[in-house]
Amino acid sequence: MANKLETIDVHLHYGDFHALKGITMAIPENSVTALIGPSGCGKSTYLRLFNRMNDLIPFTRITGQVLLDGEDIYQIKSSKIDALRRNVGMVFQKPNPFPKSIFENVAYGLRVNGITDNSFIENQVEKTLHQAALWDEVKDKLKKSAFELSGGQQQRLCIARALAIEPSIILMDEPASALDPLSTGKIEDLIFELKSKYTIIIVTHNMQQAGRVSDHTGFFYLGELIEFDKTKKIFTNPAKQETENYITGRFG
Amino acid sequence: MTFPESNERRKKLGQAVMFGVSRVISYGIVALLFLILFFIVKQGIGVVNWEFLTAMPTDGMTKGGIYPAIMGTLYLVAGSMLFAFPVGVMAGIYVNEFAKAGPMKRFVKMMTNNLAGVPSIIFGLFGMALFVNQMGFGASILAGSLTLGLLALPIVIRTTEEALKSVDDTFRQASYALGGSKLYTIRKVVLPIALPNILTGLILAVGRVSGETAPILFTVAAYFLPKLPGSIMDQCMALPYHLYVISTSGTQIEASRPMAYGTAFVLVVIVLIVNLLATLLRNYFGNKVKMN
Repeated sequence: MANKLETIDVHLHYGDFHALKGITMAIPENSVTALIGPSGCGKSTYLRLFNRMNDLIPFTRITGQVLLDGEDIYQIKSSKIDALRRNVGMVFQKPNPFPKSIFENVAYGLRVNGITDNSFIENQVEKTLHQAALWDEVKDKLKKSAFELSGGQQQRLCIARALAIEPSIILMDEPASALDPLSTGKIEDLIFELKSKYTIIIVTHNMQQAGRVSDHTGFFYLGELIEFDKTKKIFTNPAKQETENYITGRFG
Repeated sequence: MTFPESNERRKKLGQAVMFGVSRVISYGIVALLFLILFFIVKQGIGVVNWEFLTAMPTDGMTKGGIYPAIMGTLYLVAGSMLFAFPVGVMAGIYVNEFAKAGPMKRFVKMMTNNLAGVPSIIFGLFGMALFVNQMGFGASILAGSLTLGLLALPIVIRTTEEALKSVDDTFRQASYALGGSKLYTIRKVVLPIALPNILTGLILAVGRVSGETAPILFTVAAYFLPKLPGSIMDQCMALPYHLYVISTSGTQIEASRPMAYGTAFVLVVIVLIVNLLATLLRNYFGNKVKMN
């Protein structure tokens, strides 16, 4: 499998804080990569490299290379950042649908990028809601506020919102940590469905979840990538003692 | 281990006393509000009738009604909000969404707070100097509205800022992540979420503005003007100033006392109605954009 994303010796500083310490890692295309590690280890910061979300935080310095399809996304013109973000969807920890109807939430990414053809938007919204396994539950209330949905439905709506503009990469920052086990199961099924078409990176605190959904796993600790390998290998026979300690719950 | 029984009793007693005092104080504040309202209603309600609300004052303001003062106050509230609301909201957006953290932002915030602390009579003098004389508006609804608007500005700015600050950052990030610009994100996502709280600022500002006397003293208020203003360049009467005039400087203060209570009653009712309307509006929007 080709590598969709690659980081080469990436360092990131927030002011005086050295959050990422020389991360070199390659993320294969059309697969799920899980990032695990204790709170504050840098895994979310690492995730946010790929859609340049860290740029929004003042006093952030980044060195090294972040390659998407071989192109360094930190060398592109600032006018190309929106195009980059269209290609890299993101799902957040807490479901955060916009204060709009279900339909308009999914259509948001199309409208914000200047698409005005209503029949195209309608088709795209329906297609995307099918893809996010939400269509049957919401098809009769597309005009209703997104806040009327349950937490799990809201999160699938947020995934649909990200899918609507057809990105090739999806970043998920603990997408199920605020959800009950049943809703979590649905999100995980969805992730499994989506990986044939998308490159997915998921940050999770849940070891079982990482084991269930991912093909590769990276273990972060104190801003360093301790180990990166096939998930099966990480969970059955990790190379590093720290990884084993973390996975077996001896620290973190 | 056994713990002394007396300690348990002392804890209980201490709590009972503390909560009791807090409760009495908070109920006392509510009682005070009701006492003021009761006093105004008791003294004023006998005076208020259809004629009082719709007629011009007559007989040296001891008889007739307060129609021009009611309308004047409504004009001034509307005029000042027309100015203060858009300006204040835009300033609040700048401070919270665009200004970079640093000395300049801190300075702007500090000055906004200071502006809120300036005595209202100073606003009145400033309004007279700038709008009435310098800009040549004369004593007029325009000059008075702008002066009242300045007074309301810090309230609107501060509440807008707080309302925007309370919008969770992931809403903004979700929009940026879809390729949304900052302006589009603010317009389509951040403002709708913050709207109920911004409206609270409007409520507070309306309440403040409708009761102010000092800022309109030199800029718009007419002592006695038994007709409605024809344009925004005319003077007008206003409830708080009318109340002040007939309580302190009329020719027949005793005779106009009932009119004063009636005026106070109407002023209080208008403020209550405005607050109620704004609260309903806020709840309506609040339900539409409920947070999880």
